[in-house]
Amino acid sequence: MSLEAQHPVNLNALYQEVILDHFKRPRNKGTVENPVVKKHLHNPTCGDDVEVQVSIGPDGRIDQVKWQGRGCSISMASASMMSQALRGKTLEEAKAFIQSFFAMMKSEPGDYRSLGEIQALQGVSKFPVRIKCATLAWHCLEEGLKEQGGGSASGS
Amino acid sequence: MALDVARIRQDFPILQQQINGHPLVYLDNAATTQKPRQVIQALVDYYEQYNANVHRGIHALAERATEAYEGARAKVARLIGSPSPDQVVFTRNGTEGLNMVAYGWARRRLKPGDVIICSALEHHSNLVPWQQTARETGAVVKYIDLLPDGTLNQESYDRLLDEGNVKLVAFSVASNVLGTINPVTEMVAKAHRAGAKVVLDAVQAVPHMPVDVKEWDADWIVASGHKMLGPTGTGFLWGKMDLLEEMEPTYFGGSMISEVHLSGAKWAKVPAKFEAGTPNIADVIALGVAVDYLTELGMENVHEHEKALTEYAWERLSSVEGVRLFGPREPRTGLISFDVDGIHPHDLSAVLNAEGIAIRVGHHCAQPLMEFLDVPATNRASFYIYNTPQEIDRLVEALYHAKEFFGYVA
Repeated sequence: MSLEAQHPVNLNALYQEVILDHFKRPRNKGTVENPVVKKHLHNPTCGDDVEVQVSIGPDGRIDQVKWQGRGCSISMASASMMSQALRGKTLEEAKAFIQSFFAMMKSEPGDYRSLGEIQALQGVSKFPVRIKCATLAWHCLEEGLKEQGGGSASGS
Repeated sequence: MALDVARIRQDFPILQQQINGHPLVYLDNAATTQKPRQVIQALVDYYEQYNANVHRGIHALAERATEAYEGARAKVARLIGSPSPDQVVFTRNGTEGLNMVAYGWARRRLKPGDVIICSALEHHSNLVPWQQTARETGAVVKYIDLLPDGTLNQESYDRLLDEGNVKLVAFSVASNVLGTINPVTEMVAKAHRAGAKVVLDAVQAVPHMPVDVKEWDADWIVASGHKMLGPTGTGFLWGKMDLLEEMEPTYFGGSMISEVHLSGAKWAKVPAKFEAGTPNIADVIALGVAVDYLTELGMENVHEHEKALTEYAWERLSSVEGVRLFGPREPRTGLISFDVDGIHPHDLSAVLNAEGIAIRVGHHCAQPLMEFLDVPATNRASFYIYNTPQEIDRLVEALYHAKEFFGYVA
């Protein structure tokens, strides 16, 4: 029996192909040299955790976003997609991008085409208990950027 | 005697539905059980026929409500072998009962340097109240070590008792994560020999097996009503009479007094002393009906049914490659915690849900135990009187689908 026949409603909305792809082949896992942002975040309700590190290139733009952690496919795929999408952005652009992602996850009306393949996570917003999974890495980076903005470049 | 599961299922309207196009398979009974229509009808009958406040008023409705409310107390008392119904205090849940012991007894009795023994196996509800009690009194909490299979290390328990000053021992009869049943009678006796009182979290035991509080000989036990076919918002604290008399109430106000003057007040007798304000009348009456239902089935039969299901589930689940079962095979209540290599519990639960199967995933309010097992979360399937081997087959089948979906490679 095909999986589609087994799972008539939920699974395709939740687990789009691109999400499963990032889960099975996570991008940018690891750490960066000389991070300007280094932040760890734990989701106590499910025990998931993630660490995100960011390095800046000579042009002042994000050179690399790397991450590591453990969690469900949604949280890991989301971290992986985020790490790709933010490369080349300024820190201000990254902050705006993060806010745009949060707005999409809150189902706020808007044009989210600039999020690219990350729009695949829009389906998760229909599953309230999983929104925290999708946003974990993003909250982690948001907090890391705030701390970085406060003057502590080394992180913790 | 084997339970007539087909007939039992007829009593549970909620089980008759489809979830995502599949018949519901409800395997989250350790979180809360479903309610038979007799229990639901008891709520309707109360509100339609004799809704009135209890222990006051001498009109017909009040008398009937009081009789039903106190009748429920007697039923619970019989279920657990209590010498007297007065030793049963109704609470909102198990957590409230444990806090009543913490506030009414432990916080008043414990001194700096006194010891509370607890374990890393405990539900947060039997952990955090003691940590807070220690904070307030200067007592210390010591934890019984776990053996590699997650059972309590009895040598560690003996050592802690030998170290002295132990005033209170708090542990669960059955673990809500591992399902393991602790050697209660033996552990209680040891605590008493060391001069300590014992409070048992019996939340995962009372719904599932014959219980005799006299045999356990603990000083207090707590249980929850909604995990044994009763409504949410019900539970009870049982205690030895002299201790209940000695304990201070947690809440003050109406119903719990014998006399009130502007200069002060005296408390009513046990159990009224602990039931301030209008109690949860309708739900407690319905809990009494839930106890009737279980009593009619026979707790020995309930236990045997769960045991057979758990044995079958253990056999089937352990045959699936990549599945790891936690805890020893027996003795255990009707639940199994497990993980599936490469599939996070949230993802597994999503696949199971798509096939109409409800299990619990997460830390089960037992984070220290999760740390010990070195997992962020587990999957937990828990069984009750209405579950069948065919439902376990569906669970196992869905596990294979999940492995296929997430591309598990052995």
